[in-house]
Amino acid sequence: MIYVSLFISFFKIGLLSFGGGYAAMPLIQEEIVRSHQWLTMGDFTDLVTIAEMTPGPIAVNAATFVGTQVGGFAGAVIATLGCILPSCIIVTLLASLYTKYRKMPLLQGTLASLRPAVTAMIAKAGLDILISSFFRSGVIDFARENVQVRRILFFALALFLLRKKKWNPILVMVLCGILELCFTILFL
Amino acid sequence: MKKTKQNTLKKLFFSTLYLSTFTFGGGYVIITLLKEKFVDQYHWIEEDEMLDLIAIAQSSPGAVAVNGAIVVGYRLAGIPGVLVSVLGAVIPPMTIISLISVFYDLFRDNRYIDALLGGMTAGVGAVITSVVFDMVLGIVRAKDLIHILLLIVSFLASYVFHVNTALIILLTALFGLIRTLITERRKTAQ
Repeated sequence: MIYVSLFISFFKIGLLSFGGGYAAMPLIQEEIVRSHQWLTMGDFTDLVTIAEMTPGPIAVNAATFVGTQVGGFAGAVIATLGCILPSCIIVTLLASLYTKYRKMPLLQGTLASLRPAVTAMIAKAGLDILISSFFRSGVIDFARENVQVRRILFFALALFLLRKKKWNPILVMVLCGILELCFTILFL
Repeated sequence: MKKTKQNTLKKLFFSTLYLSTFTFGGGYVIITLLKEKFVDQYHWIEEDEMLDLIAIAQSSPGAVAVNGAIVVGYRLAGIPGVLVSVLGAVIPPMTIISLISVFYDLFRDNRYIDALLGGMTAGVGAVITSVVFDMVLGIVRAKDLIHILLLIVSFLASYVFHVNTALIILLTALFGLIRTLITERRKTAQ
């Protein structure tokens, strides 16, 4: 039953993504691209791009997007519910416990150890996105017609604008998109 | 000024709805704005208490924006507050992505949209690279050797050996829990 697997997948994503922001990304990729193959890596990369451009958490955006593709509006609602339910239960519980036990060293220590692992997972997901962006075939292969040299140059420019010029990330992404669009219109 | 419960719930809903619609740039931005609204503007929550609530939101699983809405909702109106503020936080992204999702099939095969999205993936890759760079730098600077090892081992486990992401996170959490238990015990023994 598609709704049950949608719910379970996004419940897992909601339960296991610690650290906010990009932390959910590798889990979403694992569930949606690798386990269930609801999206291709190309679709997933588009999804991350769309999620970055629009307001709202990436997990909620992904739940709505995948839910709609797989099971229409009901799918979107069920996937979103699955993804926020763990938060609702755990955070409410912690907020009520907080009033009783103000500091929890055990919790803080555990979360400190999670940070490096979460960073590694984000790095892995980022690398996958870069590979699917740079190589037409989606795997590392330096054959001339497989390498998208223009994308690599855009990546370098984007990194420069982000790090040195402190540009807004959304602006940098939109600029990369517009540059590629201009090249497509001019040279094809 | 006496505030009725219904009034509180209404304000909670519209505050989270508004913030969730217009806040780009991730959960941390929303949390800052929630603080600005409920601490500085409405004076419904004390500053110190808000900082603790934010810490809970940040250290719990799930999206920080949703968690932030939950802690504020709970603090101001209990369980009904949680429901109302989560609804407010989730409706805007759901609406926007639903619309995009409906049209996605139509424009996925369009050459120009494809070029736009394709070019943007290079930018997204750069944004993620930049974020990861800062995170890694933070871990290296903290000079906790075990954390640096955790970073390397979990990257290799994921990228080279394709170990399941959830499994890596659960094992690391377990490791962190045991490590904290040992250090806490040593502290009390001294």
